[in-house]
Amino acid sequence: MPQNLYDKLWQSHVVHEESDGTALIYIDRHLVHEVTSPQAFEGLKLTGRKPWRISSIVATADHNTPTNHWERGIEDPVSRLQVETLDANIREVGALAYFPFMDRRQGVVHVVGPENGVTLPGMTVVCGDSHTSTHGAFGCMALGIGTSEVEHVLATQCLLQKKSKAMLYRVDGTLGKGVTAKDVALAIIGRIGTAGGTGYAIEFGGSTIRQLSVEARMTLCNMAIEAGARMGFIAVDERTIEYLKGRPFAPKGEQWDAAVDHWRTLHSDEGAVFDCVLEMRAEDIQPQVTWGTSPEMVVSIGDRVPDPSREMDIARREGMERALHYMGLKANTPISEIVIDKVFIGSCTNSRIEDLRAAASILKGRKVSGSVKLALAVPGSGLVKKQAELEGLDKIFIDAGFEWREAGCSMCLAMNADRLETGERCASTSNRNFEGRQGAGGRTHLVSPEMAAAAAIAGHFTDVRDLL
Amino acid sequence: MDKFVHLDGLVAPLDRANVDTDAIIPKQFLKSIKRSGFGPNLFDEWRYTDIGQPGEDCTNRPINPDFLLNLPRYQGAQILLTRKNFGCGSSREHAPWALLDFGFRVIIAESFADIFFNNCFKNGILPVVLPASEIDALFAEVSAKPGYTLGVDLGQQTVVLPDGRALHFDVDAFRKECLLNGWDDIGLTLRHAEKIRAFEEKRRVEQPWLFATGAGGV
Ligand code: SF4
Repeated sequence: MPQNLYDKLWQSHVVHEESDGTALIYIDRHLVHEVTSPQAFEGLKLTGRKPWRISSIVATADHNTPTNHWERGIEDPVSRLQVETLDANIREVGALAYFPFMDRRQGVVHVVGPENGVTLPGMTVVCGDSHTSTHGAFGCMALGIGTSEVEHVLATQCLLQKKSKAMLYRVDGTLGKGVTAKDVALAIIGRIGTAGGTGYAIEFGGSTIRQLSVEARMTLCNMAIEAGARMGFIAVDERTIEYLKGRPFAPKGEQWDAAVDHWRTLHSDEGAVFDCVLEMRAEDIQPQVTWGTSPEMVVSIGDRVPDPSREMDIARREGMERALHYMGLKANTPISEIVIDKVFIGSCTNSRIEDLRAAASILKGRKVSGSVKLALAVPGSGLVKKQAELEGLDKIFIDAGFEWREAGCSMCLAMNADRLETGERCASTSNRNFEGRQGAGGRTHLVSPEMAAAAAIAGHFTDVRDLL
Repeated sequence: MDKFVHLDGLVAPLDRANVDTDAIIPKQFLKSIKRSGFGPNLFDEWRYTDIGQPGEDCTNRPINPDFLLNLPRYQGAQILLTRKNFGCGSSREHAPWALLDFGFRVIIAESFADIFFNNCFKNGILPVVLPASEIDALFAEVSAKPGYTLGVDLGQQTVVLPDGRALHFDVDAFRKECLLNGWDDIGLTLRHAEKIRAFEEKRRVEQPWLFATGAGGV
């Protein structure tokens, strides 16, 4: 019988199954960062348990770490303690690899994993972070987990899971110039809503997805969680294999050949059945901008801020009104008239080299508008930063008026010093526009790197296609 | 983990859809390396009018008098009634820790985000899914009747209204057992240690590249 990719990934990891379908799933790769792990390591210690397989663990510090003045270390004592706790735990327990604060390969965990080849096709990848879905770009079953589950995986190398339903989201056709994977992700979330994928594992397929680079696929899978799906993934193809070749932790020699043979089976079979199939045309997708406090509150750049009075559903209308109030926006305002205070290019959604290249191509020879208080470019990892500098992208950002920072999560969630002040409005390439996400009272509009760069230059949102 | 069997508790209504974990516990509190003490910062940005800092004593902070958890009638509530997609966003388990530390043992909603739903069971919180029509009716009753309580019984899988009517809810058999008994997942899983080891060995032979112990060739 033809199988879909999710069936294949699931079946190849079931260790044990309870009568109600709850299964023990074997975990191949465990990514660890400082925020969601200390309580798990502590729990392990308190119960006298040992980690099951140390070589599955790859760790880095990213959420709390500062992105400038590294010579001063981590000045916030609470953040410093958390990062030091990770250092101590990894020192004690061990790991396949650890990229601590200030290491040249440190960075956002979801950027670091793939670029080092520790994420491989067919794996189960977990991390105490919801955007673990990013790794699905490699044909992985990649799941965000809570801290109790982090402890569970440390102690048992397994996760308790019930099988989700399988959704295929097909996107076919050719994306227009200036339209990116980020816009595809936002357009999908706009259509199905932030709970549209709840209970599903989403496979992204179709000719548009096949044409996306591996990095762009990561951007798309990264946001599967914002559609409510715990995971999103994409079949392995030659691009995936090409991307992995030569990565530090990717297999070599004979093992590489054997691995590639196996990886080529990681796709949905012809005629495979899904619980739900949805479709979209690439030509229908325009550059997207969120206007509200949930990623589903999104429109195209040529649109206006929606009018709650036209919404029939009372709960939805109230939600829209609340969002407009928080965002300080009036209904029916053209999106291109929304003026911004800050720009953030970074996060596990859009901080890889292609993202920086794309933004730089817009910024080249142009200047950030004088009305923009701060424009931040934060590479996803030390290696991305180095590559960007080799290509001279740092100069383009700096000449345009951006600050060029060290790698980390930074203003995606503002646990370090990079944040919005109350009332400030930001064009951000991150993945969440929740209330207070980028700083208490801050207002976030999610966009692609190209659109963020365009907004930086104009001082308000503008159609990047006019600058191409 | 504390077991959950039955609870008769006061209900607090949070009439919003898509309440995300950033709202349940803002990020600055995630810097703690402990599991406890998050209760005073539950819904921090809605509850207080200033910006809270980790480690700060919250007793003298300015409160938002309109926020439901600050209303006298909901003091001591153990059941949170809310709308669809509760707990969406980040996987932070600090969200259920904060709800638990505050005193909530049951959350009733039309739907939950997956990771949050899972995290609840790991911490002795029972998330109850009821249809939209029943949620609507409960919201109406809670706001109309001060001191409104519900009886939640996990064994029977019922939410019992003050008039004696019982609403049924579904729960996975395995999760139910664990919660009823307060079982530790890890202990349960380790009963299958032999099976895990056998699975691992087979995998190591078939796909050895998944078990590399160093970066080859660099
Ligand atoms: S960049 Fe943002 S979304 Fe990604 S892991 Fe860091 S905080 Fe989470």
